[in-house]
Amino acid sequence: MLENAYLVPLLPAISFVVILLFGKRVKGGSAVHWVGITAVGVSFVLSLVIAVQWISRTDDAASAADHGTEEVHVEDEGHSEETDTHEEGLGFGSSDLGSGTLLGAAEEDDHGSVVADPVIEQITWLQIGGVEHKAGTYVDGLSAILLVVVSTVALLVHIYSSEYVRGDRRYVHYYAFLSLFTASMLFFVLSSSILQMIVGWELVGVCSFALIGHWWEDGANSNAALKAFLTNRVGDIGLLIGMVTLFFATGTFDIFTINDMIAHGLVRHFLLVVAATCLVAAAMSKSGQFPLHTWLPDAMAGPTPVSALIHAATMVVAGVYMIARLYPVFYEGFAIKTSSINLLALVGGFTALMAAALAFVQWDIKKVLAYSTVSQLGYMVMALGVGAWTAAVFHLFTHALFKAGLFLGAGSVSHSAGHTFDIREMGGLKKHMPTTYRTFVICSLALAGIFPFAGFWSKDEILLGSLEGQQNGYPLMLIFGCAVAAMTAAYMTRVIWYTFHGEFRGELHHHGGGHDPVETHTEEHHAEPHESPKAITIPLIILAAGAVLAGLANLPGPVVEVFGADGFAHRLQTYAEPSNFLGPLGIIHPDPSLVMALVGLALAVGGAVVTYLFFWKNMGPHGLTERNVLARKGRTLLENKYYLDHLYENVIVAFVKWPLAKAAYWFNQNVLDKIVDTAGESARDGGQWVYTHIDQAVVDGAVNGAGTAAGASGEGLRVIQSGKVQGYGALLFGATAVLAIIFMIVI
Amino acid sequence: MLVNQFLLLGAFLFCTGVYGVLARRNAVMVLMSIELMLNAVNINLLTFGYLHNAVSGQVFALFIIAVAAAEVAVGLAIILLIYRNRASINVDELDLMRG
Amino acid sequence: MEATGSNAWLISLAVFLPLLGALVMMAIPKEEEDLHKLIALASSLAALIAGVFILARFDYDNAGTLQFVVDKSWIDVINSRYIIALDGLSLPMFMLSLVVVPLCIIYSWDHIPEPGNAKAFLILLLVLATGMNGTFVAHDLILFFVFFEVVLLPMYFLIGVWGGPERKYASLKFFLFTLFGSALMILSFLALFFLSDVQTFDMRILPEAAAGIHSTTAIWIFGGMFMGFGIKVPMFPFHTWLPDAHTQAPTVGSVILAAVLLKLGTYGFIRIAIPILPEAAAEWAPWIGLLAVIGIIYGALGCLAQTDMKRLIAFSSVAHMGYVMLGISTLTDFGMNAAVFGMVAHGLITGMLFFIAGSVKERYHTLEISRLGGLLVSAPRLGWILGFASMASLGLPGLAGFWGEFPAILAAYQPADGLPVETFRTYMVIAALGTVLAAGYLLWMYQRTSFGEPSEEWADTEIDDVGTFEWIAWTPFLLAIVVFGVYPNLLFSVTDDAVVNIADIVAKSTGG
Repeated sequence: MLENAYLVPLLPAISFVVILLFGKRVKGGSAVHWVGITAVGVSFVLSLVIAVQWISRTDDAASAADHGTEEVHVEDEGHSEETDTHEEGLGFGSSDLGSGTLLGAAEEDDHGSVVADPVIEQITWLQIGGVEHKAGTYVDGLSAILLVVVSTVALLVHIYSSEYVRGDRRYVHYYAFLSLFTASMLFFVLSSSILQMIVGWELVGVCSFALIGHWWEDGANSNAALKAFLTNRVGDIGLLIGMVTLFFATGTFDIFTINDMIAHGLVRHFLLVVAATCLVAAAMSKSGQFPLHTWLPDAMAGPTPVSALIHAATMVVAGVYMIARLYPVFYEGFAIKTSSINLLALVGGFTALMAAALAFVQWDIKKVLAYSTVSQLGYMVMALGVGAWTAAVFHLFTHALFKAGLFLGAGSVSHSAGHTFDIREMGGLKKHMPTTYRTFVICSLALAGIFPFAGFWSKDEILLGSLEGQQNGYPLMLIFGCAVAAMTAAYMTRVIWYTFHGEFRGELHHHGGGHDPVETHTEEHHAEPHESPKAITIPLIILAAGAVLAGLANLPGPVVEVFGADGFAHRLQTYAEPSNFLGPLGIIHPDPSLVMALVGLALAVGGAVVTYLFFWKNMGPHGLTERNVLARKGRTLLENKYYLDHLYENVIVAFVKWPLAKAAYWFNQNVLDKIVDTAGESARDGGQWVYTHIDQAVVDGAVNGAGTAAGASGEGLRVIQSGKVQGYGALLFGATAVLAIIFMIVI
Repeated sequence: MLVNQFLLLGAFLFCTGVYGVLARRNAVMVLMSIELMLNAVNINLLTFGYLHNAVSGQVFALFIIAVAAAEVAVGLAIILLIYRNRASINVDELDLMRG
Repeated sequence: MEATGSNAWLISLAVFLPLLGALVMMAIPKEEEDLHKLIALASSLAALIAGVFILARFDYDNAGTLQFVVDKSWIDVINSRYIIALDGLSLPMFMLSLVVVPLCIIYSWDHIPEPGNAKAFLILLLVLATGMNGTFVAHDLILFFVFFEVVLLPMYFLIGVWGGPERKYASLKFFLFTLFGSALMILSFLALFFLSDVQTFDMRILPEAAAGIHSTTAIWIFGGMFMGFGIKVPMFPFHTWLPDAHTQAPTVGSVILAAVLLKLGTYGFIRIAIPILPEAAAEWAPWIGLLAVIGIIYGALGCLAQTDMKRLIAFSSVAHMGYVMLGISTLTDFGMNAAVFGMVAHGLITGMLFFIAGSVKERYHTLEISRLGGLLVSAPRLGWILGFASMASLGLPGLAGFWGEFPAILAAYQPADGLPVETFRTYMVIAALGTVLAAGYLLWMYQRTSFGEPSEEWADTEIDDVGTFEWIAWTPFLLAIVVFGVYPNLLFSVTDDAVVNIADIVAKSTGG
């Protein structure tokens, strides 16, 4: 399966085409979700198979290494066989990476963990200058884990949507784009060349555009879609330039070769700095990092399952994934090993902090979750910035599960609480929606990082990574991280309070009050909020289970030793970390620290407890913003989202769209065109002048003169023309005589 | 000197013809005068032909005789028609071609 | 370079079949409209079939060498010969022009624009087709020039007779601009003829024959060709004829103008100007690059200021051709490959956009963006296709437009030896900025025309969705956009060899 990984994105792609072309033909499109669910379901199974096979492949490599047979080429199964049975016979060649000095079958890093080489299958994608640039699938631990994450969440969202958007006026298009998104995301994850990454990157962007703007009748939705796309385009400048720089720095688009060359110090450092900086800009837009995060909260205008899939679990982690995939670029470019602060860590840390602050003032449950997503993504980027590669990927994994759970839970709430997302119109839903409540709380605990839920383990690793860093610690990042841990717990507690506790404040009889105008299919008006149907709750339960258990993936050593399962520690690190690149670069794994774990937990619990006391027990400084100017100003700043939107929309975009574009067009019409027109007019005027003064006066004068002369002479000659033959004869004779005389004289 | 005399005869005849064409009012007389001019030319042709010992002069003369005959026939026919239409053959009254 | 046997006549057949059709049509009274349409379609399809044969028999392993060569004496007095041939560079352009014309005729089936007269309209289209086809295969400068000019007149009449309200101004502007360029171009051709070592117009020999031309003179000669081709492209600041011509031209005219005519200029650069005068090209390259990036930004800004959909698309052509010219100005294999890909992609995508604009105009009788809206509601399929084409136009990866843009940007990072690297890197950044603006104006246009509810003006009007003839004419475009986008090597592998040859010529002259 590792060699045929292309099937994973191919199936949803086929599903997209089938739904688009034939979706409406079957029962008016009402059964179309089965196509999508089937395709994504199979992809999900295949992803699991890939993950399992990758694990056994790594184990094989490890045992082979243990037995000292370095030259057992594990990749034989993938590389040497000519696998020509692939699509359209386009000549899938096995990748020719076998310059043995650079890569053994398996390389041992400092810590003795062994990672098998990735399985790469490629075809020629474009040939330029006689060089063939390839595209294909790149399967290693990182892509395997992303495959599992993406296909899991996608499958659950497909199922969930069959209930949530049922009866929507564009049900077929919804599922078509959901499938296309899944396909693009899987394609992106499996990229074997940076060129392919760009393609996948943009494709997920356009699916996001289409799905945010799903209800495009409403101008706000299409504005949000446009904003998302354009903001991403801004970041894409960085992506394009970064990738171009990387291409010329290494001479190839191939990810493996790029990483390998950097790992062995064959690339100029300066170029890496440029590339890394540009790529951070790309990650800023896609993964919602400050200051390009503003599109993400607005993107919540899309249907809630879309928010869960695209804007929480998968697409927005594309930036994180890209950094993780090309980690040697950043590790070397930003000198993560030796520095104690760098661009990546700073951007991530700052984003985490400021987005967490914004989450406090939101009244829209989805926007709280959106800012929380921004904040958590900042966490991951920060983790990558401090060199904690595994922690970042681990957090990506756990976050995808519990954040998807939270979003789907929010959707479930809104589904039954009158189609609103305003938490001021909710409250007291705990008793009406027990399943949703339980799963929401579990996921919130996971997000807040409470022991023993998944978020605790991954967040702990990030804090640990900041504490110990590589050669130096990253103290500032640690401070940011701790603050965010407390704030996260606090704002999630606030949301739970407003949503589920207290009295119900909403009105059920008015539909479409929220900005999520789902065509309601449950026409009967419920007397009170009710639990959602199974298609909604089952995905919630599964995701909540994931939020509990996902931490098992990378438990620290001391914890598992307690249970006597030594081999179970740091599984993710063992299987996913590309130590054949990171090993030579000398990445350092921090040792587990109980103190750090306790501090992190205490902060989270502290944040939760303070908020609990504030809301439940009505303690603390209520009404502070009314009394204190400073607090009020702070709140206004937060409510206006640091005025970034104002800057972008009213200053930059407005300037480009109005004065600049108008000026350019004015220039076009009044200068360039004027020149042409003036040239034309002056040519015409010149022509006119020539016409009147030369043509008419001189040339025509000559012609006219000739005519007049001819007329006059005609008049004269007319006299001769008497009509009398004898007169003619006389003339003839006279003339002949004259001529004869001349003739005689001349001769 | 024989040649000179022939040429003088030709010139005399030609001048007579010219005078007749220009001076006479009777169309028939004009036609006759033309005949005189043509025959003057004939004499010249024969003379030069004799002088240069070339046959072509005689050939041309024969041509002209034939053409002159035809011309007279046509000319007389025209005059006849003019007479029928106008009851006159005075060339002074024939100014149809006046510009 | 010997003729490829009995297949050599295939190109001539494909070039002149439309003309034959036009001749036949002249003999038929104009009342027989259906017959005219049938003959026009049949002759252009026959040319296309000849083209398909060429595709099938083309030797792709030797795409860099000329194939199907025909070399017959033509005008001996000036040593100009009838040389036509194809290589990997001409093939895509040739096929594009062969495909576009029958599709345009199909689209015109029930869309003959005012004031009617199918006979004249179709005859002009066929003459146009012959001119376009011929330009891409001619390998003699005079022959090239003749075909190049043959294109001009039918287009002038298409705009001038079947155009919009401002058609006279537009057609005259188009005509004068291009004629002006042509005049300078033919001067350059003559200069080449007289100054090169062998007095010839043979484009196969000229690169070597012209090597002896003094470099200052060469720069001037290149300048002449630059004007000739640059106006056709059109490059900033010679672009002002384009928006007017596009806006006023009938739909089919706009499509052909965008899809094929603009490419005559860029093709001329790659095929004639650069290989024959590589040193002069290197001297000019930074300036061409500068004009190209100005065109990118400027065209995009122009788009943002537009209120008319068709004019917006026309301005977007300026921006897109800017990428093509940027690729060319790098003088590298990467850049020129990108340019050829960009030419094909722009032809397909912008052609498609003009088709849509024409159909929108037909339904709403206006293209004022502010008066449109809710296209997705009124005519969902048309709206989706517009969305698709806009996405393709803004350079979405996975669709054809991307492969013209990205490699051009990439090539600017590392232009050919001897060109100022820093300058081109600046161009690269500016060009990358242009992609954002492109997304801006296209999506903005799409949002205003397609999203939302239909405006009150059209709320009660029944708007027809895409019709049969439209489907037939558009499907090949849509498919090609996807296929080339998903598997770009289809095109790159064909053009690469030929482009590498040209890049080698440049490298040899600037490196030495």
